[in-house]
Amino acid sequence: MIAGRTTVDDALFVETPEGPALRGSRCAGCGAHTFPVQDGCPRCTGSSMVDVTLARTGTLWSWTSQGFTPKAPYTGTAAYEPYAVAYVELPGQLIVETRLVETDPEKLEIGMPMELVLTPFRDDGSGEPVHTFAFVGVSS
Amino acid sequence: MSEVAIVGIGMHRFGRTEGVSGRAQAVHAARAALADAGLRFSDMRFGFGGSHSAGDADTLVSELGLTGLPFINVANGCATGGSALIAADAAIRSGQHDVGIVIGFDKHPRGAFNTDPAVHGIGPWYGETGMMITTQFFGMKIQRYLHEHDLKPGALTTIAEKAFRNGARNPMAWRRTAIPAAEIEAAPMISHPLTQYMYCSPAEGAVALVLCRADKAREYTDRPVFLQGAAFRSRRYGSFEVFSPWLATDRADSPTVEASAAAFAAAGIAPSEVDVAQIQDTETGAELMHMAETGLCAHGEQEDLIASGATAIEGRLPVNTDGGCIANGEPIGASGLRQVYENVLQLRGDAGEHQVPGDPRVGFTHVYGAPGISACTVLTR
Ligand SMILES: [Zn+2]
Repeated sequence: MIAGRTTVDDALFVETPEGPALRGSRCAGCGAHTFPVQDGCPRCTGSSMVDVTLARTGTLWSWTSQGFTPKAPYTGTAAYEPYAVAYVELPGQLIVETRLVETDPEKLEIGMPMELVLTPFRDDGSGEPVHTFAFVGVSS
Repeated sequence: MSEVAIVGIGMHRFGRTEGVSGRAQAVHAARAALADAGLRFSDMRFGFGGSHSAGDADTLVSELGLTGLPFINVANGCATGGSALIAADAAIRSGQHDVGIVIGFDKHPRGAFNTDPAVHGIGPWYGETGMMITTQFFGMKIQRYLHEHDLKPGALTTIAEKAFRNGARNPMAWRRTAIPAAEIEAAPMISHPLTQYMYCSPAEGAVALVLCRADKAREYTDRPVFLQGAAFRSRRYGSFEVFSPWLATDRADSPTVEASAAAFAAAGIAPSEVDVAQIQDTETGAELMHMAETGLCAHGEQEDLIASGATAIEGRLPVNTDGGCIANGEPIGASGLRQVYENVLQLRGDAGEHQVPGDPRVGFTHVYGAPGISACTVLTR
């Protein structure tokens, strides 16, 4: 459970006073960031990664729509579709791939400010929603 | 060191061939390539080959002949064919062997590829939440590219139109009907800004090539094509690749940039000397981006080149003259070798209805794919 909600993988998240954030790694040697956590640094090839809380806000870097229902291993359900996907730049850290709640191309513009939320993408066996992360636009 | 020549080419038609296994298509291509070179499988001193989902290439010897040759399987995603060719190039160039065969083949189920994230070292959450989808990557990559270079999406339609037009002129292509621009634009949106007709589909097919030491080439053919440069590269920190839950804020060139530069350098030939190019067009945005990443033009220059018809068969820089992946589909193991097959046809002057005019002398091929790899070749006659 993260922020009182079931998620696809709690290890992806950290709880902060401002709300859920993503858990990443930062290289103690060169400062490179990754998401999710990993042991090795893809930039300097070192192996001294430490956990880091990634920024909850950033800007839209690129985006696209999802025009068909994916095959397995996708487990999402129609109640939570359509969805869009994007990369959101978290300044000074990394550019994270994410679902978007907004799917109208007219309302998406590269550079727009965004914020992380938890969003349901399927229900579990007892009909309770399972959440993943998504970004939504915020007024700047 | 020996130079390397291609003296035999063979293909099993791409598309869908019900009732014929991928392995059978590979055997068909291998026999055609051997016949083209006037050789038998027993003359082959080595084999390299692979498929993604149609079986192990080395088992083809049960059909082709149990001659004891070293046959090495290559499994390198979209670069499987290109990697097999590079391995063959090295085997001949080093003096280890004089003559051998490379075989690429595949037979994929219909619809978009579905990949297990674990194969790429990613947690199950990535697939479950609907992000392990190649078509999304292409949409986001071209969306960003159009933004950075201030290009309009119209070129994405024109490229698809050209692909189907070229396919209609190629008897070996899968999709052989021209499709008007309006229909391409009105097709279902798969991943904005790319519609269904702007993507290639997984398919079937096989290609084989017989290669030998260049100084022996004329024993087998009076029209050898020389492999002047071949290079393979993987991604660097900061490049934008498929199945990436995150990207670095420091940006780096795609592996295409380094692989093509290395192939041109090895050949001692400049991109401006290319007469015919086959470049990876998994979707039309890929062709647009790769035109510049390979050095064939500058970033941003594509819009005018495409709109003016420069990349058509009769243009100044003909690109994907056989219809590319879009008109031929993508059997992963065979796709890279299809490009070489097409360039050999073009350089021999054997491409018939889709022949580039003016006796092309220099051909270039480029494959690109998951998880951030590229293989390029420079060919001359
Ligand atoms: Zn580091």
